[in-house]
Amino acid sequence: MTPPAKPPGAPRSPVYAIVGNPNCGKSTLFNALTGLKQRVGNYPGVTVEKKTGTLYSQHGQPITVIDLPGSYSLAARSPDEAVTRDVLLGRRTDTPQPDRVLCIVDTTNLERNLYLVHQVLDLGRPVILILNMMDLVAQAGLSIRAARLEQMLGIPVIPCEAANGKGIIELKLAMSRHDLPLPRHAWDIPAAIASAVAELQASLVANGGKAPLIARAEALLLLTDQDSVRVAGSTPLDRRTEEILRSWQKRWEAEGMDWAGTLVSSRYEVIGRLAAEVVQTARVQTPTPSDRIDAIVTHPVWGWLALGAVMTLLFVSIFQFAQAPMDWIANGNAALANWIKRQMPEGDLRNLLTDGVIGGVGTIVMFLPQILILFFFIGLLESTGYMARAAFIMDRLMSRVGLNGKSFIPLLSSYACAIPGIMATRTIEDPKDRLVTILVAPLMSCSARLPVYLMMIAALLPGSSVSLAAKVGIMVLMYALGTLGAFGFAWLFKRTLLRGKPPLMIMELPPYRLPRLRDVFLHMVERAGLFLKNAGTIILAISVVLWFLAAYPKAPAGANATQQLAQSFAGRAGHAIEPLIKPIGFDWQIGIGLISSFAAREVFVSTMGVVFNAEAEGENTAPLTHALNAARWPDGRVLFTPLVCFTLMIFYVFAMQCMSTIAVVRRETNSWRWPIFQTAYMTGAAWIISFIVYQSGTALGF
Amino acid sequence: MAAAVKLSDLPIGASAIVRELPKSGLLRLREMGLLAGTRVTLVRCAPFGDPIEIKVRGYHLTLRKSEAALVIVDPQEP
Repeated sequence: MTPPAKPPGAPRSPVYAIVGNPNCGKSTLFNALTGLKQRVGNYPGVTVEKKTGTLYSQHGQPITVIDLPGSYSLAARSPDEAVTRDVLLGRRTDTPQPDRVLCIVDTTNLERNLYLVHQVLDLGRPVILILNMMDLVAQAGLSIRAARLEQMLGIPVIPCEAANGKGIIELKLAMSRHDLPLPRHAWDIPAAIASAVAELQASLVANGGKAPLIARAEALLLLTDQDSVRVAGSTPLDRRTEEILRSWQKRWEAEGMDWAGTLVSSRYEVIGRLAAEVVQTARVQTPTPSDRIDAIVTHPVWGWLALGAVMTLLFVSIFQFAQAPMDWIANGNAALANWIKRQMPEGDLRNLLTDGVIGGVGTIVMFLPQILILFFFIGLLESTGYMARAAFIMDRLMSRVGLNGKSFIPLLSSYACAIPGIMATRTIEDPKDRLVTILVAPLMSCSARLPVYLMMIAALLPGSSVSLAAKVGIMVLMYALGTLGAFGFAWLFKRTLLRGKPPLMIMELPPYRLPRLRDVFLHMVERAGLFLKNAGTIILAISVVLWFLAAYPKAPAGANATQQLAQSFAGRAGHAIEPLIKPIGFDWQIGIGLISSFAAREVFVSTMGVVFNAEAEGENTAPLTHALNAARWPDGRVLFTPLVCFTLMIFYVFAMQCMSTIAVVRRETNSWRWPIFQTAYMTGAAWIISFIVYQSGTALGF
Repeated sequence: MAAAVKLSDLPIGASAIVRELPKSGLLRLREMGLLAGTRVTLVRCAPFGDPIEIKVRGYHLTLRKSEAALVIVDPQEP
């Protein structure tokens, strides 16, 4: 991710960082500048996307561009903003400090956007200011004197429409300049804090080894960076500077001085003077199209209908469009396995390939259609601006359990599949809220539980005489249980484990914009790539282990699949856990199913088919249902009593039985701690609730 | 001029000038441009009454009533 090292002395190709507020067109600009010459990864230790790309100057020299996460301020409030701050201040060892900065602003909203620019100008690096969305400026009834702004700031100011490719050539020309000027940027630090800034700056130079201008910028930042976010990979502040900061803060507190507020106000004073010179209101502001759309989509009645329609569309597309590719993948896998079977002599290696590896890869790839579709939608919702409205509408409900509106879409997505749902939590800034959302997302009943529910409902209510209403009722009950569980545990975690200040819900409602399909597609492909690269390897490894457990030790020749599974390690494990699951009504054969469905919940159905020697043929599950109803305990009692079927469904509602989810949680939380905790609490809750249901059901005579 | 009220108590559609914010608090709100002397308009409440949407410095921002209650504003005549 770092630019290639050059021999000392040779001029290094310049590194530019793109900085800007969220929703100002930053990604569009990055895509327009670098095209497909991008690398997407992660900053080590944090789940913040690291995007770098290359473009060539007019002299043919390569220029590295880092797309930093969107930020409102360098006083970071989220891991994303912390990375932006740390890269700009040269606090990250894994990323070179940018030589030059591209500041991009939404020109229709110049004042607030200039706040971040004002902080960046302090850094003492050459800055190019990009006035994006110039086409919307006139529509908004404004006119901008770019030349005046350039004159006042002393840096190149380039009007641009990144979405239409206008201004990109001018920008590339400016980026090719060797003699980019430093900002002419003198602003008076408020007298009350000037001596503190000077002292901190001196200490940062002496003890932190910083260059004077960066040190000054950092000193200013320390004063507004009160409860700032620290992330892994960031160099901590030196001790001496920390002491100086503490002593000033103590002194100001005693004097009742609002130092941070003073600093913010004085920046906005400067910005106000700039804006007064540069922005001219050409005509009276009328309600914009955005205002008119918002009047509907945040309306007390129409708003719900709009939200319901969008969500229905999302789910229908996932189920409609994902099914066909998932079938192709399944068929492709089967064909590949058959081909290998024809090409290779029978043996363990062949079985490893056909059952272990292809099975594992199949599982991974099987998730891709859902992930792609969901991220396409999420990309659309984000780039149009609707995502913020959904959070706005849902915030009140989510706040009941201590979360905020931004958790809504990830949780809802988890009804389809927890994996993209968990990957979608990156839009939640507050790390604790994000973690809680990740922890409870798999409780939402995903589509992989559906086959298990269907099989158990069929076994529970055999025969065609049972009313559809009863079946649907049980199904709805399962979904309701999962949802209640998710909210209940979120409530619990927010009050115990991850207690924190109630998160602020200060969120911009950006104007509606037409989505840029190219950017949405790029985003979608990036996400899928990250999933394959990071979660894929873990899923593959666990698949091979699960295959091994079911295939070894070998049964004597002539044994059928049922006998083989019964005496395999998996079968023995089933026996081993029987004492644990007997109190909830399960025997060792169900135990095998529980263990094997760790690969994916729907595997439970096929495992039951092998265990009871009744392979379901395609859609026809009648033979399996029949076999299940015929299954007995050794003492002759019926195994799948209605109560056991019901308990088993409840177990599946709560238990964490999905290695792919575990792999994704591992990736998104950057440690094994949380996926292990999650598996433990979910499976523990599943056992306890199943125990209560089964034992009270038995006591009541069911 | 009407008496100062909490931003959360402002009627929908009304504009006001921020009078004061809690000392050393709501820093992010200030960084988003909501400062003493800034003009705000209450655009709407969410369907459940919370959070609220305000217009400040030409853009739309949402915050919860519990946060808005900390901001004291002077209502302006339309």
